[in-house]
Amino acid sequence: MDKYEAIIGLEIHAELMTKSKMFTGAPVVDSVEAEPNTAVSPLCLGMPGTLPVINKKAVEYALRVALALNCQINQDNIFARKNYFYPDLPKGYQISQYEEPIGVNGWLDVTVNDEMRRIRIRRVHMEEDTGKLTHVDDGTSLVDYNRAGVPLLEIVTEPDIHSGEEARAYAMKIRQILRYLGVNSGDMEKGVLRVEPNISIRPSGSAELGTRTELKNLNSFRVLADGTAYEIERQAKVLDAGDRVVQETRGWNEAKKRTFSQRVKEEAEDYRYFPEPDLPPLYISDEWIAAARAALPELPDAKAARYVNELDLSAYEAQVLAQERAVGEWFDTAVTAGGAPKSIAKWMINELFRLMNEHRQMIDRIQVTPQGLVELIALVDKGTINNNTAKDVLAEMFTSGQSPQEIVEAKGLAQISDEAALATAVTQILDDNPEMVARYLAGENKLRGWFVGQVMKATRGKANPGLVNQLLSQQLAER
Amino acid sequence: MSDLSRSDVEKIAYLARLELTEAEKALYQRQLSAILHYAERLNELELDDVPPTAHAISQQNVMREDVVETPLSMDDVLFNAPQTAQDQFVVQAILDE
Repeated sequence: MDKYEAIIGLEIHAELMTKSKMFTGAPVVDSVEAEPNTAVSPLCLGMPGTLPVINKKAVEYALRVALALNCQINQDNIFARKNYFYPDLPKGYQISQYEEPIGVNGWLDVTVNDEMRRIRIRRVHMEEDTGKLTHVDDGTSLVDYNRAGVPLLEIVTEPDIHSGEEARAYAMKIRQILRYLGVNSGDMEKGVLRVEPNISIRPSGSAELGTRTELKNLNSFRVLADGTAYEIERQAKVLDAGDRVVQETRGWNEAKKRTFSQRVKEEAEDYRYFPEPDLPPLYISDEWIAAARAALPELPDAKAARYVNELDLSAYEAQVLAQERAVGEWFDTAVTAGGAPKSIAKWMINELFRLMNEHRQMIDRIQVTPQGLVELIALVDKGTINNNTAKDVLAEMFTSGQSPQEIVEAKGLAQISDEAALATAVTQILDDNPEMVARYLAGENKLRGWFVGQVMKATRGKANPGLVNQLLSQQLAER
Repeated sequence: MSDLSRSDVEKIAYLARLELTEAEKALYQRQLSAILHYAERLNELELDDVPPTAHAISQQNVMREDVVETPLSMDDVLFNAPQTAQDQFVVQAILDE
């Protein structure tokens, strides 16, 4: 047993992909690409006389996430003011949910090292994002308010996580679900998804909680796993040396692969939350909840389980195809179009994904349609083309967008299954290579592959391999 | 409820970033205590069955559709800024206390 046990809770902030901001019509823009301060309304600047109005779509998105994370929905929602002075929000407060968040008591199952763990989710709440400060060397900061007021969801776990790998697995699954729901792009480098672990350790078996530190500015899942693991080690060394862990916020130094102190929290922050007087209460009706639940897509775990149980795919195939919603839906469409699920899965994973990688294309942009792949597989099954030709046809479909039938006809790729024609070709090869025939007849059986290869070459790869083998057997036996 | 202490007043002033003279601290200590005592009268009522009220108005679910409106022009955004650079507001870097 390890000397210490790590207790980790995760806070995830996810911007919601609405068109306009949480409480105003200013557009939501890519905060990395857009020119600064080009998506700002008077409300974003905290101008006197401005009033917030809730973006219904943002509530809808938050509701979907809360449901997908198995939360109980609070029907009476209250927004609160979280008061603090910092230039990232000119109002002097952030509108957030405090006492009555939209979702509570949820959970998510994650698999780490083949072991399933249930992570409880304490709350899911709506708030607004803050502006972006860029620190300049001369002691000033530049403030861009494009991001201020963008709808933001905060997802907080119970302290159920015990390692960096578990933290990563949970965060990746949250990202996958957010992407499935179409509410967040999951782009951590752009900061639309931010993961902050709270980490403490205690002697194994102890019931007391140790002092925790919070890690911020982790911009990838790998950094989340590495930073968390490092922090657990660091705290263990501190305790081993007889010192105490200081409650603080720490950052990650990627070059040195270690965490560093950013801000010591000596006393609890005092945000003086109170109900936002400018926003009347938000009531989420039973009907609204039912409609949102009905509109939820099939989620990745359910999809993968269905692929295994109903379509007989391997766990690996199911997991790969259910990874991204668009991929799963492409596969589902192909299955509906009448293809054998197992063949479709193999063709997608082995060939289509290779082509997509080669051409750096996402599945929703490719010219190959699910129907096209099903037709291609049918051509193979019928014996019109062989497997190798089919791979070339798929590559052609990928670049030209033509149907497999069109390509096979235009290029004369149809497999030669004409027995007389193939018999002639076989005879020719045997006649042209008497010494090889002699060696084969003398017992060099492995030369058989060479004969097949010669026939394929002579027919430009179009010969029906089964028929070639059969004819070779016949004719060699006669020599 | 007892009166607010001097240090309560100082903390509230600090959170609001207000600088108070000693005379003002005494004045606000008195006034804020009086306000709290006034609000305390609610405790005389039997309110166990009354849900907490966050708002006095009877409206609920005032929402807007997710429609984009034209943002402010750069001139308007930065109009009141004491100092600007690169189309952004310039503030003193806030260092950790």
